[in-house]
Amino acid sequence: MDDLNRLIARRRRQDLIFGAFGLVCTMLGIATLVILLVDLVMDGLPRLNWAFLTSANSIIDPEKAGILIPLVDSLLIMLVTAAAAVPLGVAAGVYLEEYARKNWLTTFIELNISNLAAVPSILYGLLSLGLLLYYLNLHQLGITGADQRWPLGPRGSLAAAGITLALLVLPIVIVATREALRSIPLTIREAAYALGATRWQVVWHHLLPYSSGGIATGIIIGLSRAIGETAPLVTIGAAGFWLVLPPSPIQSAPPFLSFAWLLEPFSAMPIQIFTWTQDARPEFRVNAAAAAVVLIVMTLSLNAVAIVLRYRLRRRINW
Amino acid sequence: MPQTVAPTATAPAVESLKAQAIDLNFWYGSKHALKGINLSFPENKVTALIGPSGCGKSTLLRCFNRMHDLYPGNRYQGQLLLQPSGCNIIAPTTDPVEMRMRISMVFQKPNPFPKSIFENVAFGLRLRGISKPAVLRERVEEALRFAALWDETKDRLHQSAYNLSGGQQQRLCIARALASEPEIVLFDEPTSALDPMATSRIEDLIYSLRNRVTILLVTHNMQQAARVSDYTAFMYLGELIEVNETAKMFHMPTQRLTEEYISGHFG
Ligand SMILES: Nc1ncnc2c1ncn2[C@@H]1O[C@H](COP(=O)(O)OP(=O)(O)OP(=O)(O)O)[C@@H](O)[C@H]1O
Ligand SMILES: [Mg+2]
Repeated sequence: MDDLNRLIARRRRQDLIFGAFGLVCTMLGIATLVILLVDLVMDGLPRLNWAFLTSANSIIDPEKAGILIPLVDSLLIMLVTAAAAVPLGVAAGVYLEEYARKNWLTTFIELNISNLAAVPSILYGLLSLGLLLYYLNLHQLGITGADQRWPLGPRGSLAAAGITLALLVLPIVIVATREALRSIPLTIREAAYALGATRWQVVWHHLLPYSSGGIATGIIIGLSRAIGETAPLVTIGAAGFWLVLPPSPIQSAPPFLSFAWLLEPFSAMPIQIFTWTQDARPEFRVNAAAAAVVLIVMTLSLNAVAIVLRYRLRRRINW
Repeated sequence: MPQTVAPTATAPAVESLKAQAIDLNFWYGSKHALKGINLSFPENKVTALIGPSGCGKSTLLRCFNRMHDLYPGNRYQGQLLLQPSGCNIIAPTTDPVEMRMRISMVFQKPNPFPKSIFENVAFGLRLRGISKPAVLRERVEEALRFAALWDETKDRLHQSAYNLSGGQQQRLCIARALASEPEIVLFDEPTSALDPMATSRIEDLIYSLRNRVTILLVTHNMQQAARVSDYTAFMYLGELIEVNETAKMFHMPTQRLTEEYISGHFG
């Protein structure tokens, strides 16, 4: 009896020790992040105001330099990314999960989609440099193929930047779509088929609506990863210093939509942060810190939306 | 159950057949699940399928609406004729979607869509191209009345079907299956997930549907088969052992296996 109690006590102790160790490890990760954030906010605080968000960069006066252009460009790039990655990714996920027969080819494709999510992002930059710019000519308006070489360097457009990041986001959207579809019970599919629905009707009227929350979560997580990407954008020629807003996608006169912005030069939030940190004048580092805070707030709020979506979805549909 | 039209007392038992299995075989991959089934299903009658677990009752039922086509590796052989046209349900040239439009199914576990009560019933109608709101409303009401669910749901048609109790959900599934006026309704152990009260309501419902539509009912519950069915078929290890009028089947089965099964010796 005594032996047993001692044994149990020892196991309890082991439990406790591992629990404590796990807690320390977890806190270490979180603490690092919090310290980083606090440090950034403290550094950037003097510049965190409305004017910083709404004014263009300045090469001489750090007090006047703002992030309007990279901010707008980053948002427009995300628009292109979403417009390209969402239909492609959702369609591919639906195809793989609902249409494709299970054979060695689809298994091979599935394995490699998971691998794609782990490919270093610079490779996507190289891919689009070759494919989108040199081959498909998605560079800025007025630049011809011949101008593409050094010393000017590549001159990718907003469209090229958005599509590049869409390639990066695509595997995330595909995987999220498949997982959301897989979580729908077979009995629901059978109910719909048994009423005489075709495969497409089952997908369109049932599976997509029921999985929309999960898919949306995947899209948002993908976008929040893309918005902080730097390497692939540098590869296709992001501008480190740029003072011109692209023409607005929304016009006051018919047809109200304009696509001229797609072929404009682009900068982006992470690129702007990078160039400011490289400036010899320390005042610009304050700007870099402030811009980093804005970028983190953007990604964190995207993630927050994803969490809220997932939570609300779980409450709404309980299989 | 009130019988509105009294049949002539001496009506001869010549019934028309609604469906007919002739040398029907079925394989899940290499598993031979139905072995040479020969069975007739009289029109507008309830035929119960009984037998121990794993004997192939669900498999037979799911041949009727070609559910097996949804999964790879399944194979049919033989004939399953839908009368009066005599079209072979399981022929590769027969369109499974058409068969599912004409033959509907109620599953073991209630499986309403996570949509409103109204939309659950309306979905089958919309698939058939009915889109006028007035017509939809009328047909949905009619189906819910058939399924004895109208009074409980008429004030909450646009609430989620998931707010209904298990028994109500199953009646909703029955309404959904009836809404499109199918020729045959397949019930696969429709009450096995329900309590006795809900079960008896569903049994009443199935009983009331006789004479309107041909019904196939898989059940593990002998009393249920005895209560609601006109004919009973006993299956064992993928084979049809015996089929007869329900009363005869339960009082004097001709096969030893049947007798042992219905007296509760196995299964
Ligand atoms: N998808 C499948 N793949 C392989 N074998 C299967 C599959 N589904 C069923 N079987 C087998 O086919 C046989 C018949 O199964 P079926 O589901 O028709 O039995 P059942 O009579 O409905 O049983 P229960 O009363 O338990 O529902 C069983 O031996 C079962 O193991
Ligand atoms: Mg079964």
